[in-house]
Amino acid sequence: MTDAPPHLLDVTELSAHYGHVQALKPTSLRIAEGELVTILGPNGAGKSTLLRAITRLTPGDGRVTFRGQDITALPTHRRAALGIIMVPEGRGLFGQMSVRENLVLGAYQIGSAQATIKQRLDEVFSLFPRLAERIDQVSSSLSGGEQQMLAIGRALMAGPKLLMLDEPSLGLAPRVSVEIIETLGKLNRQGLGILLVEQKAPLALKLAQRVYVLSLGRIVVELPASEIRSHHDLARYYLH
Amino acid sequence: MTLPAITYTKPVRLPWLAIGLSLVGAAIVLFTFSASGYVVTVVGFAAIYAIFVTGLNLFMGYTGQASFGQNAFAALGGYGTAILCTDYNMEPALALLLTMAFSGLVALVVGYPTLRLRGHYLAMATFALGLITYEISIEWASLTQGYMGYSGIPPLRLWRFEAVTEKQQLAVILVLLVLGVFAAYRLRHSRFGRALRAIAGSEAAASALGVNVARYKLLSFMIAAMYGSAAGSLFAHFVGFISPEVFGTSMVVSSFTMLYLGGIGTVAGPLIGAVIVSLLPELLRGLKEWQDVVYILVLLTILIYAPKGIAGFLDRLFRKQEG
Repeated sequence: MTDAPPHLLDVTELSAHYGHVQALKPTSLRIAEGELVTILGPNGAGKSTLLRAITRLTPGDGRVTFRGQDITALPTHRRAALGIIMVPEGRGLFGQMSVRENLVLGAYQIGSAQATIKQRLDEVFSLFPRLAERIDQVSSSLSGGEQQMLAIGRALMAGPKLLMLDEPSLGLAPRVSVEIIETLGKLNRQGLGILLVEQKAPLALKLAQRVYVLSLGRIVVELPASEIRSHHDLARYYLH
Repeated sequence: MTLPAITYTKPVRLPWLAIGLSLVGAAIVLFTFSASGYVVTVVGFAAIYAIFVTGLNLFMGYTGQASFGQNAFAALGGYGTAILCTDYNMEPALALLLTMAFSGLVALVVGYPTLRLRGHYLAMATFALGLITYEISIEWASLTQGYMGYSGIPPLRLWRFEAVTEKQQLAVILVLLVLGVFAAYRLRHSRFGRALRAIAGSEAAASALGVNVARYKLLSFMIAAMYGSAAGSLFAHFVGFISPEVFGTSMVVSSFTMLYLGGIGTVAGPLIGAVIVSLLPELLRGLKEWQDVVYILVLLTILIYAPKGIAGFLDRLFRKQEG
């Protein structure tokens, strides 16, 4: 009998506080290699805190392993070096920098390997041709949809093994949201592990293989996305 | 990902702004070398301040951090040079390098705990650093001569070549300024510089992309300290005398004015700011009692119509014309 391969990400009893307020109660989840997992939940459920605690942008208690390696003690930048890349809520773009500068910064960890940077730029432009048209434009002057494309493109420049996105459709027109989500689906089909926090459940459920529902700082249910599709009362979980 | 490639080639543009500013700089230098000693002194001070503010710009402009205490490192450079060259007859060039290294080390020790602070707290902590250094330069009179100041500091010398006259000294300072600005330019466009600018944009986003924020902030602080130290050393050689007042709070105010007026976060900004803030009072001297009023009005007008400083304003102007 052989051991099962380690999960891409394994989170065990992870919790986080803001001052005295416990924003995330001890929470466990896992993501397999090449899996797209969605976290659903109402406002204030602790979804963003969970992502921030996984990257350690918000310090938390609990254990995090990545491809079998215990990374609990690693700071954010070391986790990023391993391939855990997050697109934060609000996108976190460098507003005064151009599209190109933002993208090149995404490839920060690969140093000055110009050939690799160029190859990744080409790949990002293939996914989001509009970014190539805006290459010298200051990123703060882009539309909301283009900014989100840039945020995802920048994350892809880092060569992620696990891409985590915090509400990528927030504030976007429905057509643009669909475009973004479909691109994530394409990336997932190419083998990229994705952890997606999303409030627009129908969009997220189109792609996800598994779903966690988070409410009041804890996971209330974990089930295959297909089962949620047959449910018409997600609110039941939200109100747990 | 295996997707078809879209190749993008950046259009080649002539750096008209850099060419224009270089020509203006060359004109000022040519005029200075044909003018009297007084003009040489004023331009010399401007050049020394430009070195100081270029360093400050690395930490405040590129990295987006606040430091109200860079005068401490200028004091370390000034007093270090004065003591080493006067009491120990050390070669000025060696003293300059030693004091820069020492200032970098002090910045490392002070910055390691201090740079965990952010915003106003960091500003207050660095301000305290400047005040403490100022007090030490007064109270430790056996080392610094206290209020009396340190005199008899020899002029700049590069082994056999001694810059005896003011114009020779200015020439050396200008060479060092060009080197300092070139280094800052290269730094800004390097991977290190991009990381600093990412930190200025968003520490969280930079960290999430793999930038070691704490280390880069510290390195930026150390480099800025070394620029400040070099400026302090050059001042000591150029004037031949230093006292605590030279590196007091007024230095912080002047350098901030130069930085914001010239254009924070730009390569040319510190140069432009240092030249304007140093030369403007001299140009307005004929206005007598109205001099200060007009000086402030000019500064305010520039900041209102060019909130990103003159370098930012010119950059926008040139881009518009190109576009």
